[in-house]
Amino acid sequence: MGKKILLEHIDVPGIDTYDVYRKQGGYTAVEKALKTMTPDSVVEEVKKAGVRGRGGAGFPMGMKWSFLAKPEGVPRYLVCNADESEPGTFKDHYLMKHIPHLLIEGMIISSFALGANKSFIYVRGELMYVIRILEKAIAEAKAAGFLGKNIMGSGYDLELVVQPGGGAYICGEETALLESLEGKRGNPRNKPPFPAVKGLYQCPTVVNNVESISTTPWIVNNGGDAYAAIGIGRSTGTKLISASGHINKPGVYEIELGVSVEDFIYADEWCGGIRPGHKLKAVVAGGSSVPILPANLILNLANGDKRLMTYESLSDGGFATGTMLGSGGFIVMDETACVVRNTWNFSRFYHHESCGQCSPCREGTGWMEKVLHRIEHGHGSLHDIDLLVDVAKKIEGNTICPLGDAAAWPVGSAIRHFRDEFEWHIKHPVEATQPGAVYRGEMALV
Amino acid sequence: MEDNKPQLVKVTVDGIEVEVEPGTTILQAARKIGPEVAPPAMCYYQPLKGSGGKCRACLVKVAAGSAKDPRPMPKLVASCITPVQDGMVVENTTSPQVLEARKGVVEFLLINHPLDCPVCDQAGECDLQNFAFEHGAAKTRYEEERRTFDKHDLGPYIQLHMTRCILCYRCVFTADQITNKRVHGVMNRGDHAEISTYIEKAIDNDFSGNVIDVCPVGALTDKTYRFKNRVWFSRPVDAHRDCPTCSGNVTLWYRGEEVIRVTARKNEWNEVKEFICNTCRFETKKTSDWVIEGPTKIARSSVITANKYRADTVKPDFVSRIAAANYKPIDDARDTSQLSIQQLPPERFANSN
Repeated sequence: MGKKILLEHIDVPGIDTYDVYRKQGGYTAVEKALKTMTPDSVVEEVKKAGVRGRGGAGFPMGMKWSFLAKPEGVPRYLVCNADESEPGTFKDHYLMKHIPHLLIEGMIISSFALGANKSFIYVRGELMYVIRILEKAIAEAKAAGFLGKNIMGSGYDLELVVQPGGGAYICGEETALLESLEGKRGNPRNKPPFPAVKGLYQCPTVVNNVESISTTPWIVNNGGDAYAAIGIGRSTGTKLISASGHINKPGVYEIELGVSVEDFIYADEWCGGIRPGHKLKAVVAGGSSVPILPANLILNLANGDKRLMTYESLSDGGFATGTMLGSGGFIVMDETACVVRNTWNFSRFYHHESCGQCSPCREGTGWMEKVLHRIEHGHGSLHDIDLLVDVAKKIEGNTICPLGDAAAWPVGSAIRHFRDEFEWHIKHPVEATQPGAVYRGEMALV
Repeated sequence: MEDNKPQLVKVTVDGIEVEVEPGTTILQAARKIGPEVAPPAMCYYQPLKGSGGKCRACLVKVAAGSAKDPRPMPKLVASCITPVQDGMVVENTTSPQVLEARKGVVEFLLINHPLDCPVCDQAGECDLQNFAFEHGAAKTRYEEERRTFDKHDLGPYIQLHMTRCILCYRCVFTADQITNKRVHGVMNRGDHAEISTYIEKAIDNDFSGNVIDVCPVGALTDKTYRFKNRVWFSRPVDAHRDCPTCSGNVTLWYRGEEVIRVTARKNEWNEVKEFICNTCRFETKKTSDWVIEGPTKIARSSVITANKYRADTVKPDFVSRIAAANYKPIDDARDTSQLSIQQLPPERFANSN
């Protein structure tokens, strides 16, 4: 069994209530931090722990915290990004639903470390029931004296606000989230200035993912070094993986970073293997935006070594033979999955969710979606494949926010690794458009 | 004396060095050098705060970040919003990567554009037309159906033709910054995002007409001018009047002796110098209302100059004047009487008619 940090007490009945959570050692980290530590020493511990942002980009959280500008007389804000809407990723939802107090404890510690007196949890609008759970938990924490004025006599005040989003994927991008939180249209901002300098209401702001913030109680209790001892290299600690697709046991799993991909898919502890009678065809390892990899490349690196579930190993080989850990949305496909259809589906999502602010993403996502729709429905021509590659290339890197990249990567990688399948769809439109039809040509299945 | 002056920073754009104040954007630095190296701007509008960064037409490559940290920036950056650093080296038209990206931006802007330039009022003074002409490909690769919208009337003076819009947000910024109440903005998202007023409300304020001037394409048009004229048939003239609400400095557009349109004056980057009020723009269209200052300066490359050479304009006589001033009799021993044209028989001129 791997070490569990976030989901340690997930099976305890009633863990979503304050009393049970407190009995399991909850809020001891808040006591420790507020009574015995200074904000800077908390930041120092988080830095030592080397937690990397769990929202997808993997930027070290301690470093992000230390970039926070601290001008005199200006409030600072902490915003928790709970707008998880990436297809294939559902870990934050799971965490907030089952252990809301873990997030609240993390928010108190993080806000204390950053010197924020008002912090926000921005939850996607579709999760109304999770918002109610969080609000109930906040009320409980307030009643217990962990929120509000002068928390436990330390002189530190904190107000925690849960803000429902409007249900737009783009509001998961940190600057769009801040715009939305300010009550404006959720358009990403131009950077610089970064939120650490001018964020919410033009004040210094840190935006962190739910999972990142939830690691802080454990780090405060056990020390940054203990956290850094888990995992491999710069990928420290544990990571929640939302496993879905053609596996025996879909669900949210907490793994120590460094487990091999093969073990993760086939071991009974985690996914429990591909469903009976089928073989692994492809994996999207980190949520819909990361490049898709065929079976042989996801299990092994280009040099033949086993691929591990770490930031470095998954991105080994660049985009030619690698992918990204992203937000940990692990989508497994067996040979009955059609990559063309899947790519079209992702593309449709990004077309729908593009905010329409900058031209490459606004027009390019729609274009790719239409071309993929045509190929999928048997009206494609061979030059469409090159067109898709070219359009994806022209979107990538030329947009304000990473949504353009996120829209371009799945298309580029699907064509890079499954070009035969696209060609088959175009050359055999009649077979390809039969219900359930899928390419059965030469490919590496494991 | 030296203390007050901010330290100038050196920037190199396409191999040309320029000194600018710190905090200047790359685009402004390049504009200081001249139009040859200035990146195109479809959404950036200097008089409007916060504009820019959206169209990605002005993407440039930063080959060296600054003198201190000469690493190149990993991605192309939008020059209109990126401030310069001392010793920055920028590649605009000298970088094939930039030209390729710009070609992509033109293509993206045009795939849902109706390309109805032959009937569009903006044709001839359209930023998108210029941009596409300069950087675009000759053929489209887009085979799908184009997105279309219905036309909307935004009050008595302005018509919105959303199909042509490139969502530069300039009109939104204009309404936000020069009028008290903005009633229009962007609704929906992605490629079905549209400029719209709140529940089809009319835009009704004294400065609403300025959104027509800032629109880079023909999405917002002047209803008093629609379909009346092609811009290259009209003659722009600078004029002013005593206006109680605005500066009153405008450009009058004549067709024949009739003022068919009034716009704000624009600078060489097609940006409005001073915003004007609706009374000047829509309601004072008689020559007698105005004090004429003289012809507007128009870039030589613009089609509007086609109308500059009219029959009644006096051709400049500086050629003959310079020739007369520089005339010196040639000290030549040869008989010049044979060379002189005046000495040819007069019938020759008569015959040539």
